[in-house]
Amino acid sequence: MDNQKLAVQIDDLTVAYNYKPVLWDIDLSVPEGVLMAIVGPNGAGKSTLIKTILGIIKPIAGSVSIYGKPYSKQRKMVAYVPQKGSVDWDFPTTALDVVMMGTYGSLGWIKRPGQKEKKIALESMEKVGMLAFKNRQISQLSGGQQQRVFLARALAQDAAIYLMDEPFQGVDATTEIAIINILKELRKAGKTVVVVHHDLQTVPEYFDWVTFLNVKKIATGPVKEIFNDDNLTKTYGINYKVAVNK
Amino acid sequence: MNIQEYFELVWTDYTLRTITLGTAVLGAICGMLGSFAVLRKQSLLGDAISHAALPGIALAFLITGTKDSGILLLGALVSGLVGTFWIRGITSKTHLKSDTALGLILSIFFGFGMLLLTFIQKQPNANQAGLDKYLFGQAATLVESDVQLMIIVTGISLFVMLLFWKEFKILLFDADYTKTLGFNTKFIDVLITFLIVLAIVLGLQTVGVVLMSAILLAPAAAARQWTNSLGTMVLLAAVFGAFSGVFGTAISASQNNLSTGPVIVLVAGTFVLFSFIFSPKRGLLFREIRFRKNRTNLKLMKTLQFMYVIAQDHENISHPHAIRILNNFQGYTKGSLKKLENEGWIATHGQQWAMTPKGFKQAEEMYNQKTVNE
Ligand SMILES: Nc1ncnc2c1ncn2[C@@H]1O[C@H](COP(=O)(O)OP(=O)(O)OP(=O)(O)O)[C@@H](O)[C@H]1O
Ligand SMILES: [Mg+2]
Repeated sequence: MDNQKLAVQIDDLTVAYNYKPVLWDIDLSVPEGVLMAIVGPNGAGKSTLIKTILGIIKPIAGSVSIYGKPYSKQRKMVAYVPQKGSVDWDFPTTALDVVMMGTYGSLGWIKRPGQKEKKIALESMEKVGMLAFKNRQISQLSGGQQQRVFLARALAQDAAIYLMDEPFQGVDATTEIAIINILKELRKAGKTVVVVHHDLQTVPEYFDWVTFLNVKKIATGPVKEIFNDDNLTKTYGINYKVAVNK
Repeated sequence: MNIQEYFELVWTDYTLRTITLGTAVLGAICGMLGSFAVLRKQSLLGDAISHAALPGIALAFLITGTKDSGILLLGALVSGLVGTFWIRGITSKTHLKSDTALGLILSIFFGFGMLLLTFIQKQPNANQAGLDKYLFGQAATLVESDVQLMIIVTGISLFVMLLFWKEFKILLFDADYTKTLGFNTKFIDVLITFLIVLAIVLGLQTVGVVLMSAILLAPAAAARQWTNSLGTMVLLAAVFGAFSGVFGTAISASQNNLSTGPVIVLVAGTFVLFSFIFSPKRGLLFREIRFRKNRTNLKLMKTLQFMYVIAQDHENISHPHAIRILNNFQGYTKGSLKKLENEGWIATHGQQWAMTPKGFKQAEEMYNQKTVNE
């Protein structure tokens, strides 16, 4: 990874909501072009880490840089797929409208989305197989469809780095495969994709890079080298046996 | 004066026209901006802001000694804003929940305001009477300059809303995401809140501190029932609000000057009740009708399925069978048989029924769909 560019670099990051730190002194480098899973138990700080990278939460200490520059200067390079439960799906709007929001960042203040933005949004919806639902009121989408809408919204941003918080939560096997194929496409196109992931079984199959997190960073690196019982045990605290593809 | 006379008089009578226009504009701006409060789930905020405005009115009077509504409302605006930012401060700096902060500010400011009002009333000054109209509102005191102010503020709010429409929408739906796109979410948030405070302050003279939040929330809650588009919702809420204003004024004027504010609120409440029951998409009535219809359709389909299973066993699908064999089947009634025939799915001859090719196909497709779903 010496001659590889670093997409995300995190130094000495510490985050606390109150007195107790949720993330403790995290150093983490994500090389360009990897498809990385962040794994760790509930409450490990995975969502917090993603939100801190994105500047949604202010850290107590530490810094985040994107391609060598502070995140605040590189916003447009990073797209975010939040946890599905973080918004009110009863909001009065359509699926296409939500996906179109992905283009708001490049539009900037006040300017309204036009034909060009609509085209981008429709293309993103097609990629995730949601074109048929474009005019559907968002409350009438299933959980998996809502997840795809969020994914399409991020795709519409056309970023270099994608940060996703549990995009597989509550989706069926077909959707999961569809989503992972899209993520692999992104990697093929040279993008960097970071995914908070809960299903340890599928880590070796889906990802090439992994970070173990539990308040502290336990380990980070290629799945082939570090996805083992030792690190799993350190992260989850119990003797973890998973079928790691040999 | 009855309602009909009111609507004849409103075009010619200056006072009546001023009051009606005022309440209509007020209803419109409150409906419009109330939509944002409802969608942010900040329904209590309106109540807190309006109560927080009371001490501002009293202080403005104590300082300036005038009862000019423009100056008093300026005082209301300042103390409403102070209350709002204290609420924000409390929720972001302490671990108190936002409803606790709202309740605290509401009661402290309102208590302080009442204290000042009683203090003013005890003063030996003939000029002090009439401040208590801000408690329950008094539309009859609206004069042309008040209404002009309302129109100007409504115009400005409309302009700002249209200008920042996209920003408002995305912030309401997903604030964190909006931040990651590089928008200054604090600015958008403050802007929306400021507009809501403006609308509330504007309504204090007409509707009063106590009922103000109802006129903010009711039109928006009613509008939400009829549409799934934000733009339509805001527009509808403005229309409902304006109608509530006009009808409220009409009713109160024609019924021996019933207090206007409460009547407007009751009219707006009627809109809400009507919408919750009768709106086609979310209303209780249509939901029940849809449910019954689905159930009837389902029964019909069950009967058809039963017939399909029987017909399948025969080479000729339209082979006739006795109606009697349906008797041990729950979904079967004479009525449903008739409906099936009307659909062209079966044909009956005396005591016998036979499936048509169309009906056979219909049943077959149902099965296919079922296997796909499972
Ligand atoms: N807004 C908040 N205020 C206070 N504490 C919080 C807040 N959000 C999260 N926490 C705490 O921070 C810790 C880390 O939370 P986080 O959501 O980052 O975990 P996670 O790894 O994403 O968990 P999960 O797998 O359940 O999604 C938890 O102990 C949680 O209780
Ligand atoms: Mg999480």
